[in-house]
Amino acid sequence: MWRDAVLIAGKDLKIELRSRVATNQVAPFAIIVLVLFGFALDPDRTILQTAAPGLFWVAVLFCTLLAVQRSFAVEAADGAGDGLRMSGLDPAGIFLGKAAAIALELIGLEALLALGIVFLYGVALTGAALLFATAAAATVGLAACGTVYGVLAAGLRVRETLLPLLILPVVAPVLIGATQAWEAALGTSTDNGWKWVTLLGVFGVVYVTLGVLAFGTLLEEA
Amino acid sequence: MVAAVRLRSAVALLGGFPVLAGASLDVRPGEVVLLQGANGAGKTSLLRTCAGLLPIVSGRAEVLGCDLTVDRRSVRRRVGLMGHATALYDDLTVEDNVRFAVRAAGGAVSAIDPALARLGLDGRLRSVHVARLSAGQRRRTALAALVARQPELWLLDEPHAGLDAEHRDLLDDIIRQAVAGGAAVLMASHERDRASALADRVLTVAGGLVLPPDPGAAAATGTGIETGAPDATPDVPSTDRGASDPGAARGAGISHPHVLEVSHVA
Repeated sequence: MWRDAVLIAGKDLKIELRSRVATNQVAPFAIIVLVLFGFALDPDRTILQTAAPGLFWVAVLFCTLLAVQRSFAVEAADGAGDGLRMSGLDPAGIFLGKAAAIALELIGLEALLALGIVFLYGVALTGAALLFATAAAATVGLAACGTVYGVLAAGLRVRETLLPLLILPVVAPVLIGATQAWEAALGTSTDNGWKWVTLLGVFGVVYVTLGVLAFGTLLEEA
Repeated sequence: MVAAVRLRSAVALLGGFPVLAGASLDVRPGEVVLLQGANGAGKTSLLRTCAGLLPIVSGRAEVLGCDLTVDRRSVRRRVGLMGHATALYDDLTVEDNVRFAVRAAGGAVSAIDPALARLGLDGRLRSVHVARLSAGQRRRTALAALVARQPELWLLDEPHAGLDAEHRDLLDDIIRQAVAGGAAVLMASHERDRASALADRVLTVAGGLVLPPDPGAAAATGTGIETGAPDATPDVPSTDRGASDPGAARGAGISHPHVLEVSHVA
């Protein structure tokens, strides 16, 4: 399973490096979202600094949708999905590999977005341990959940429009938990951020387990 | 000897539609079987069923000794399917695609270079992204992956399509070599003259069924090629319904005009 996961993750990341969709399209999109939030909310940054954690994670959710759609679009082209099924790779390995590749892309995008809220919104990043732990737990959950729903929608002609409808409501706990934890880390809330990290961890474990168990069936139905 | 393919009254559904309506078929190792039939007859579905890509809802289906009604996944590493689509990744190079296919199937990486060389992909084309290739070059890349994987059962859907004359001849040589090595080949082709020259048997597919042999066909063609199903195998229970029996599909609870049409044709 782990060998198959490494093979799939390597293949997906190589495709992204060659196609540069993540760097040339998703990353600029993420920055544009931050800029638009800035236009919409407050030019003098007061509201932006308060709302920065929520805006950051909303932007991450949008990026997750694009990354998941891209991950399964490459499998839909020219029968590549059949090739993947015919390879005989362990479905759990395929799931872990695709989720890992999406997670690595998201980590890069989160780093870019973090720089964005520093320079565009004037946010001072404090509480580094809590910030990193939140980002790690939330990213695992988003990547695993996105991969599960990505393969679920992969075989449908309306997958591009259906995927956001499937994913966004389900990842609401990630948005809430990660936002609360980052607010605690940045000092805009007195809440205990670590309990939210625990929630994010549970979410991630649930979706990783679900994906490992169900991905094979979902892939066959795709 | 374990049959490469053994279907008995196999029914496969695709979106509720019976794409195989009680098909029976035997393919032995070292044999080339050509499927012919009109568009929509079920040739591609038959190939995909043998690849374990379509679920069997009724009947029996064994490929390389694996019971597809129980487990459709385990046989896939031993089967190579080249369909209408090439199953290649546009953003990977020719070599990357072949390497991924071979490694995923657990094949020998050392077989990659000879396969690329054989298909004429070892020069500049080796490092070209598949998106920039012509249709024929894509086809050759998919074929190189098959050659490098060396599957025990080759399932080829219109394998000559898109290839120039030189590479059509090369494909024929590759098929002959695979068969000489003990592999079985099941292919569907509308290019009957070329494909018939390769085939040990020619079978007709219509309405999701493999039609029974026409005794006069071999004499009529003058090719010496047997047209139709193989001789009855002694281990098949006499109660099994044959390929031409549309009642097999009805027995599975399926009633469809396609089946009625076949009974009329048969």
